[in-house]
Amino acid sequence: MILVYADHDRGVIEPLTFQALTFARDIDPDVHAVLIGGSSAGLNASTAAAELGEYGAQVVHIAGLSDYSDYAPLAAARALVTLLGSTGAQALIAASSPRGNEVLAHVAAITDRPFVADCYSIAIGAPHKIVRARWAGNLHEEVDVDAEAADVLIATVFPHITEATTAPAAGAITEFTAAVSQDDLAVQVINRVGASTGGVTLPEAKVIVSGGRGMGGPDGFGILESIAAALGGTVGCTRVVTSAGWRPHSEQVGQTGTKVAPDLYLACGISGATQHLAGCKNSKTLVAINTDPDATIMNHADYIIVGDVNQVLPMVLQEIQDAKS
Amino acid sequence: MEIAVCVKRVPLVGSTFMLTDDAMAIDTSRIGATLSPHEENAVEAAVRLIEVHGGSITLFSVGSAQAEEQLREQLAIGADRAVLIETEGTEIDSQATAAVLAQAIDQDATDFDLVLLGTESADSGGYQTGIRIAHALGRPVVTNVKGLDITDNKATCERAVGAIREVYEVQLPAVISVLDGLNIPRYPSVPGRIKARKKPVDRLSITIPEPTTIRTSLRVPQSADKGAINLGSGQQGAKALVEVFKQIGVM
Ligand SMILES: Cc1cc2nc3c(=O)[nH]c(=O)nc-3n(C[C@H](O)[C@H](O)[C@H](O)COP(=O)(O)OP(=O)(O)OC[C@H]3O[C@@H](n4cnc5c(N)ncnc54)[C@H](O)[C@@H]3O)c2cc1C
Repeated sequence: MILVYADHDRGVIEPLTFQALTFARDIDPDVHAVLIGGSSAGLNASTAAAELGEYGAQVVHIAGLSDYSDYAPLAAARALVTLLGSTGAQALIAASSPRGNEVLAHVAAITDRPFVADCYSIAIGAPHKIVRARWAGNLHEEVDVDAEAADVLIATVFPHITEATTAPAAGAITEFTAAVSQDDLAVQVINRVGASTGGVTLPEAKVIVSGGRGMGGPDGFGILESIAAALGGTVGCTRVVTSAGWRPHSEQVGQTGTKVAPDLYLACGISGATQHLAGCKNSKTLVAINTDPDATIMNHADYIIVGDVNQVLPMVLQEIQDAKS
Repeated sequence: MEIAVCVKRVPLVGSTFMLTDDAMAIDTSRIGATLSPHEENAVEAAVRLIEVHGGSITLFSVGSAQAEEQLREQLAIGADRAVLIETEGTEIDSQATAAVLAQAIDQDATDFDLVLLGTESADSGGYQTGIRIAHALGRPVVTNVKGLDITDNKATCERAVGAIREVYEVQLPAVISVLDGLNIPRYPSVPGRIKARKKPVDRLSITIPEPTTIRTSLRVPQSADKGAINLGSGQQGAKALVEVFKQIGVM
């Protein structure tokens, strides 16, 4: 049996969890899911269990911890450790989300087992044979994981390598109790700040108009904002741009920024470093505007314009406005 | 405030990944090296904290002898001393790295109020070193931190989730793993570099635990050359681009 940790935020299940369930079913159809936190954490047990059942969870274990009013990674991990002991799971899997990686790393640390993050494929055996991401997926690494040390394999699934597909199963709820101390709840979400500004955020944007060093400076981004606004999109940028303080880090696309997959990614004055491409190569259509026809980004684009952004972009904006009127 | 910062040297990969002939490592013979980005932010955060609270910064790194280059760079930015646990060039797995770092921090003469590091390293991306160190030292840990403030021995940490930020509070001593975007790291100044030459980089030898995760090979995933369509230049290019926008349904 494989146990899948279903991360939820006040009752809303992290969508990547459904990919993780689909991935886990391929290893072993006997998949159980686990949810941490009861109604005090905003969880509606029967709705959540039904959703997880839809994606193949035979059983949904729920730890209704009384003090677990919001996400608390160590407490979640303690509950998982308890459950691993009582269910005899051969693997504990989660989506490679910030919370998925965090909670599973805690479980691994508590139980002194290996933790393998960002997996593309898993074959359980002796040793376990795994392919995982390095450099945010720019390199694939094959590893052997010692089966004695990893008597329960703890691993997360690289985002978007498996499409979530349904496979209706019972999703039968079983509640369990776990010993969680006040210390385990010391690190917990106590507040949320910075309500959304109403604009589209990078991960959800259908159109991203992105600028790099070639935009010349903070003022260069004015035209990108105008084009983004005209297309109902938002602005992105490279790390060179955020490091220079031209734009906030929340707009950075790439390995250490946000990973995006919009319908249109318009890359302006961006060279196409591997770490930038790691964040945008899944865009449906990638267009690059660059003075250098040999820039790496040109090989990863669907359409290119060889030219100076200072000349091309005002014309593009004008054409958009003309086409609209 | 006494701060330990764990840092890692990684190859400075540009537009392509070149592997060694045995496909077991990145061919670093023609490329430089850098500090893993999140850790640049960790050092910068430490320097800012010391500016306000006083105290000192010790860097810890597990890696090759060449990692001294990255340590000197961070000493130039404001760290006070460094401890390098040398490995013989081969990379060790996350579990072993964390064990070695925790031991080094624990046996150091300084009692650290805070251990800072990156949430994941640029190369191996294991998402666990900070958490394992925290467990080994018996301290609380907050990860993915993009906003940090410390007052009265209490750290208030912010973590970005979509458009909002989650807030966590933790009592020191603690371990905090940070992300790029926490701050904009400064560049070393010339006087900083001169001072850094005299700052100690101590070598520490610690027995590295047997690995549990062993690499058998590396490969560069094939990305299809998309054979981009050249839309032309000037007005003609702009017109053609707007046609593409219509075609793909974004206009
Ligand atoms: C571990 C690690 C993680 C990283 N993570 C990220 C990340 O998350 N995101 C990220 O973006 N980077 C990241 N980087 C940095 C990355 O390696 C590159 O340095 C960065 O992406 C380059 O940004 P750029 O394309 O804006 O600048 P450059 O590489 O300098 O490219 C500028 C481009 O603009 C073109 N240009 C110049 N002037 C004009 C003009 N007038 N008109 C048109 N074109 C023009 C040039 O031909 C060139 O192609 C990371 C690096 C490391 C080592």
